[in-house]
Amino acid sequence: MKSQQAVQTTPTPDSAVVRGPDEVEVRLRVNGENRRMSIEPRVSLLDALRDRLDLHGTKKGCNQGACGACTVWVDRRRVLACLTLAISCENREITTIEGLADGDALHPMQEAFLDLDAFQCGYCTPGQIMSAVALLTEGHAGDDDEIKEWMSGNLCRCAAYPHIRAAIRRVRDEQGGDRAAH
Amino acid sequence: MRPISYSRVSDVGTAIGTVAADPTSAFLAGGTNQVDLLRIYVEQPRRLVDINDLPLKQVEELPGGGLRLGGLARMSDVAEHPTVRRRYPMVSESLVLGASPQLRHMASVAGNLMQRTRCTYFRDTEVACNKRSPGTGCSAMEGVNRGHAVLGTSECCIATHPSDLGVALMALDAVVQTESPAGQRSIPIDDFYLLPGKTPEREHPLSHGELVTGIDLPPLPVAAHSRYIKIRDRESYEFALAAVAVAMSVVDGRITEIRLALGGVATKPWRARAAEAALDGAPATTDSFTRAAEAELATAVPHGMNAFKIELAKRTIVRALTEMTQREGSA
Repeated sequence: MKSQQAVQTTPTPDSAVVRGPDEVEVRLRVNGENRRMSIEPRVSLLDALRDRLDLHGTKKGCNQGACGACTVWVDRRRVLACLTLAISCENREITTIEGLADGDALHPMQEAFLDLDAFQCGYCTPGQIMSAVALLTEGHAGDDDEIKEWMSGNLCRCAAYPHIRAAIRRVRDEQGGDRAAH
Repeated sequence: MRPISYSRVSDVGTAIGTVAADPTSAFLAGGTNQVDLLRIYVEQPRRLVDINDLPLKQVEELPGGGLRLGGLARMSDVAEHPTVRRRYPMVSESLVLGASPQLRHMASVAGNLMQRTRCTYFRDTEVACNKRSPGTGCSAMEGVNRGHAVLGTSECCIATHPSDLGVALMALDAVVQTESPAGQRSIPIDDFYLLPGKTPEREHPLSHGELVTGIDLPPLPVAAHSRYIKIRDRESYEFALAAVAVAMSVVDGRITEIRLALGGVATKPWRARAAEAALDGAPATTDSFTRAAEAELATAVPHGMNAFKIELAKRTIVRALTEMTQREGSA
């Protein structure tokens, strides 16, 4: 174990550029497009997407990291947009449900959700789909127990869970199994 | 959320210099707990210093056989790391059993250690809370305290520490590495968490601007035989009612090495030293396990609704030890 003895370093005192608290220009890359907006640093990625960029697919459920309705990808990893500050996403790649389809061709997961009736009210669905596609990339969809555990961050108050799992299984199997979705 | 200003820094010196120089500032890492607390006015810094670009995301071998988790390594990356899974399975399990996949991608391991209690009274700025507003009293003592602590409590605070990772680290005697304008420090994990006592607002021995740069896992062969068991109201995406991190070695039916820590029942990740003392050298039997559990919970103090946690913690200890013994026996 190292000793508790302090080792002197010479940090640069308060030299960081300060932005805000008023609106500042923030540049985000969303679904492959560069977008600019003027927002306060306190604005969440979720609010920036919905209120500034008119991308309403990403949903606001709990706004406190409990429901998963706001699931998007930042640098291709699924995260919660409600607990992410938009300004912290500069120089990152953001993908929302609107960026999942290939032109008019829906993503296989979107098709599977439609075909297998994997929703009722649909409010949690964009988050479920963004999470489900990421799940296959992560390789944790081996069986239903694993899917349950690794989709537990996305709540569905209509309890469409069995159909959501069926959709995930179908895409998993179509694409050659776990880890093969991309 | 109050208005905040924002800085993004790319080196440790600038990060700690900036925060240390501005008492109203705070580091921003994964933000999963912090952004929530900002939004409900429990934490009110004027300025966030985004440290996500700092080069502290690696998991590295240490000379001598230990492993260093970079402070900004994400929970998901550490959980999946092959060396962590092989040499410290309880660390990986404690991470996977915490939060949700999305939150684990966001949250850093240093942030996990620094997260605040989920006590509903701490999170409600309308009510008394000694941890949030020192001297105002504790609403949980006579309140809805089913989730609260039975070990390590004081007359000022019974808030449960929420970290799972911290429990595994406590069993391992991990060491927290920090850096501040005063220099670098190594803090044993048990000293990194403070008991509430009369100052529940003070949870760590850190100065303002002192940054957790890494977490060192010591070389510890027994840690390869370890696990993390978590009991909760629902099977996933929930905080622990009781949790056990255990590493154990059994030779010829006797316990030759034991490390045990508890989560979900204490005001800090709780090293079960009384249980360890009872188990060390004892036969690996249910009788020994039960005696050890009784010894550890002997000092537990219930506060009404959380009284069930004492029995639950005992049973979780016995179950964890029983399952470890069976697994060791069949290995």
